[in-house]
Amino acid sequence: MYPRSFEYVSPGSLDEATSVLASTEGAKVLAGGMSLLPLMKLRLFSPDVLVDIGRIPGLSSIEDRGDHLAIGAMVSHAATASDPSIAEHAAALATAASWTGDVQVRNQGTTCGSIAHADIAADQPSAALALGATMVAASAGGVREIAASDFFVDTLTTALEPGEILTETRIPKQGGASAYEKLGRRGGHTDYAVAGAAVWLDVSDGAVSSARVALTGVGAKPTLAEGVVEALVGTDGSGAAIAEASERALEGVTVLDDLFGTVEYKAHLAKVMTRRALQQAVAAAT
Amino acid sequence: MGRGVGVSTTSVLGGVVKRREDPALIRGTGLYVDDLQLPGMLHVAFVRSPYAHARVVSVDASDAEAMDGVRAVYTASDVAHLGDLVTQVAVGKLRPLLAGDKVNHLGEAVAMVAADTRYGARDAADAVDVEYDPLDPVIDLKEAASDAALVHEDMESNVLLAWEGGPWGDEEAIAATQQSIADAKARDDTVSVSIEAVNQRLLPMPMEPRSVVADWNVGYGRFTVHSSTQIAHALAGGIAQTFGLSLTDVRCIAPEVGGGFGCKLNVYNDEILVCFASQQLGRPVKFTETRRDAAGSTIHGRGWVATATITGTGDGQILGYELDGIADMGAYSQNFTVAIPFLGLFVGAGQYTFPTHWKVACVHTHTMTTDAYRGAGRPEAAYYLERAIDAYAREIGVDPAEVRRMNFIPADKFPGAATHIGFPMDTGDYETNLDALLETAGYEDLKAERDQLRAEGRLVGLGLATYVEVCGFGPSALVDLGFSWAAYKIPSGFSGSGLVRVQADGTASVIIGTGPTGQGHQTTWAQIVSNQLGIPVENIRVSHGDTAESPLGIGTFGSRSAAVDGSATYEAANKVRAKAADLAAHLLEASADDIVFADGGAHVAGSPDQQVSWSDIATLAYQPHRLPEGMEGGLEAHAVFSPGNATWPFGSHLALVEVDGDTGDVKLLRYIAMDDCGNVINPMIVDGQIHGGLAQGIGQAMFEDGDYEADGNLLKWSFVEYPLPTSADLPSFELHRTVTPTDINPLGVKGIGEAGTIGSAQTVVNAVVDALSPLGVTHVDMPLRPKRVWAAIQAAKTNGSVS
Repeated sequence: MYPRSFEYVSPGSLDEATSVLASTEGAKVLAGGMSLLPLMKLRLFSPDVLVDIGRIPGLSSIEDRGDHLAIGAMVSHAATASDPSIAEHAAALATAASWTGDVQVRNQGTTCGSIAHADIAADQPSAALALGATMVAASAGGVREIAASDFFVDTLTTALEPGEILTETRIPKQGGASAYEKLGRRGGHTDYAVAGAAVWLDVSDGAVSSARVALTGVGAKPTLAEGVVEALVGTDGSGAAIAEASERALEGVTVLDDLFGTVEYKAHLAKVMTRRALQQAVAAAT
Repeated sequence: MGRGVGVSTTSVLGGVVKRREDPALIRGTGLYVDDLQLPGMLHVAFVRSPYAHARVVSVDASDAEAMDGVRAVYTASDVAHLGDLVTQVAVGKLRPLLAGDKVNHLGEAVAMVAADTRYGARDAADAVDVEYDPLDPVIDLKEAASDAALVHEDMESNVLLAWEGGPWGDEEAIAATQQSIADAKARDDTVSVSIEAVNQRLLPMPMEPRSVVADWNVGYGRFTVHSSTQIAHALAGGIAQTFGLSLTDVRCIAPEVGGGFGCKLNVYNDEILVCFASQQLGRPVKFTETRRDAAGSTIHGRGWVATATITGTGDGQILGYELDGIADMGAYSQNFTVAIPFLGLFVGAGQYTFPTHWKVACVHTHTMTTDAYRGAGRPEAAYYLERAIDAYAREIGVDPAEVRRMNFIPADKFPGAATHIGFPMDTGDYETNLDALLETAGYEDLKAERDQLRAEGRLVGLGLATYVEVCGFGPSALVDLGFSWAAYKIPSGFSGSGLVRVQADGTASVIIGTGPTGQGHQTTWAQIVSNQLGIPVENIRVSHGDTAESPLGIGTFGSRSAAVDGSATYEAANKVRAKAADLAAHLLEASADDIVFADGGAHVAGSPDQQVSWSDIATLAYQPHRLPEGMEGGLEAHAVFSPGNATWPFGSHLALVEVDGDTGDVKLLRYIAMDDCGNVINPMIVDGQIHGGLAQGIGQAMFEDGDYEADGNLLKWSFVEYPLPTSADLPSFELHRTVTPTDINPLGVKGIGEAGTIGSAQTVVNAVVDALSPLGVTHVDMPLRPKRVWAAIQAAKTNGSVS
């Protein structure tokens, strides 16, 4: 559990950080380190330079900017899980953050770090996807916004370019309600997800008017379940409608097996978690 | 003094004393081996096999040797003169210190690199180029037992031996038992119920990985070795044996040890190898295993497959129990390896009376060595027995509590009761214990609640299991059964020792031969001595783990420390007390027979106002010129204790679970334990031991899986792949006890370190099978992870039943 030798830099500003990243090949951003450092200790990943963004001012707050919430790069899982505005406008993310890791990990690890790492069994990426989040990436060349639906590319792979830092995740204040459900590897909600589902939906005039559903843990990346949305929108959100829609959770998803779930089991779980999350969201929205 | 003696009316025995070791441990000021930084200390890392079975074609260390800070790279030929790893029960293939022309399990050490830093050592180990020629591994236990392919080509069979009984070792008696079971099966009024089950391999994973620092003193020709071990004296002896030194030339120190659970009850090749490197390089040398080293190269536990069969009448009278199993020894035998199933044989028939034929074959495979892991053979034995009894009770439709009660060894058989292999048991009252559990838990109400919820379609289950344990080893005469420590230059079987010294200021030093790995010896032993001398607990300091100062002790394992070393310390304290009475009598001008120890000193009975303090007494002891003629100075005593038997704790556990039928998720709702470990020295410490034991048994039942893949890979390198139970996964345990003191030691204590583990896995599995029984499920193998439980539910729905 000893990493290979690496350089460590701790810039005091975002500009300095992006300039180091731009000028240094093999540099990697370090935030909470809860995923990166174990990979380095196992020598599965050995960056030459770590750029610690923990001392850069202004990255540690959750801001309400009127039409969206902005979660800074250094906001911990614990802060996301306990923030009142996240609870109000992004319950799925609050729940996902509260079920990430254990107390120590939640205090040290960051929401943006989890999103940027894009582990298929991590909870918050699918919550961000279902909430229609926007990721803000800064580099020496400037700042760009990436829609969550474009952000997750593959296992542990995102749209972030090597010189970019995910500086914040924006969650739209879009009304409706959201929810997250998962089954952890040790059962219940502890540990990485065997499978999970994050949903956001809105209800008007007694019908589901719009929705997003994203799955954790089943495919190679957090995936939007378009079939579920197609089946659900326009229905009354009844138990029967939800059950029927949930059956379409896996359309377009290639389910992967692992130590904790066969393909058949994870496919089944994805539907169950989708159904349960939808039931919660409908109840909260009406 | 009679049974359960030594318990005075104002006893500190039986009282809650807060653990005196905790402030240092909690504040992070305790000293562990890896905290040790010696001047000039080097670090080693191992080059380990990525294959389960392969020929080693070549080892090229030239790149590694050329790296900055690398002091040496050693391979098998460098250490061949030291022989194989010293091994206590030397049955089967012994481990080479470094693999030579073949590797026989994933993670086997092929080369050792010594460098200035631990990072540099790791870098250099990665730079050693080993060429392997991979061979097919033997992993599956049944395949190994069939000898279709040999694990070691120079051995005739993979099967080392089979433990068979009972009675044990008497072929005629075994045949008679088998005949009586066959006769029972042939009767019209009996049924036989079998369960084939896996008792999966587990990785011990103590919080503190193993760590060792060896320091060869060139001038004196002596080793000082700090190691995170449960057996400091055996390690010293093993090193002495390997290097041809005397016991006085090796000093082993086990400082704070952060958990062991049996995996530190081995002398390891890395401990020998760092000594070798220190001797070669003239520098202190440290090895601290990584979690990955720990997963693949520290001993594993369990790893059995077996079929358990109960034959009995339709009303619950059991007429025979058969166990036919195979136990995985791994590729090499280490300290106890083949003896672990033997411990299972002791309690193969549990606390029951029925005829039992129990047979477990020990086989080599291309995997890491198995050895003692909390419970060691006894959890496996109890698991099969209690699963089979439960299946039988379900088959005949009789309450599982009633079936057990009908077949218990009755309390009036004690003294004189014996196990199925003819080994005498100390004390037991199984029915009282079970009834206490059922009453405390409100068993009838729980059953009604379960039935009500079940009627609503919920998958709720109640699981019951009882156990008897053999521990507190034990008779020194176990040497004669093959439990010899001679490989480690220890001639005794399992005796214990303690030394008590009252200092001139009236405080007491207690030096014991065993050392804790978290059990709270510093507190418990102070209570034992305080109870005998009346010196307050806070004035007693307990030292352990340094072979240069402690009397010979075998180690902390097998729930033996309090029963054996505690009893020795009790006797040492009594010797001190007798001498102190003489000294006090001299000071008080009275007869020693009239001296009463109370209130931190002594007085003559009836004259409590004329008190002398322990300081007064001890001061006299250290002023020989003031002593009465003929009395020696000093106030200390050493005692060795060898009990006439092991101890036999027992208990009954009950679990309430609910299974989510949609996901297979098991929720453990309640866990109620009624344990009986005889007298209790410190209830809080005993409860703590039960908590940890239960967590580890429940961990096996629900979460942990250390089994290798078919290709010999072990995909469990961290806690991501090997989930351990945490407090978040467990309910608040409901602990209760009955107290049946043992009569084989003066404290009346039986040991509690392993009981929780021995009793709990089958309790949980019985509960889950009960929950799923309406679906027709009769068995689910551990661990009961959601995917496996869900698959069992699906299979039952598809087939109508499943096993």
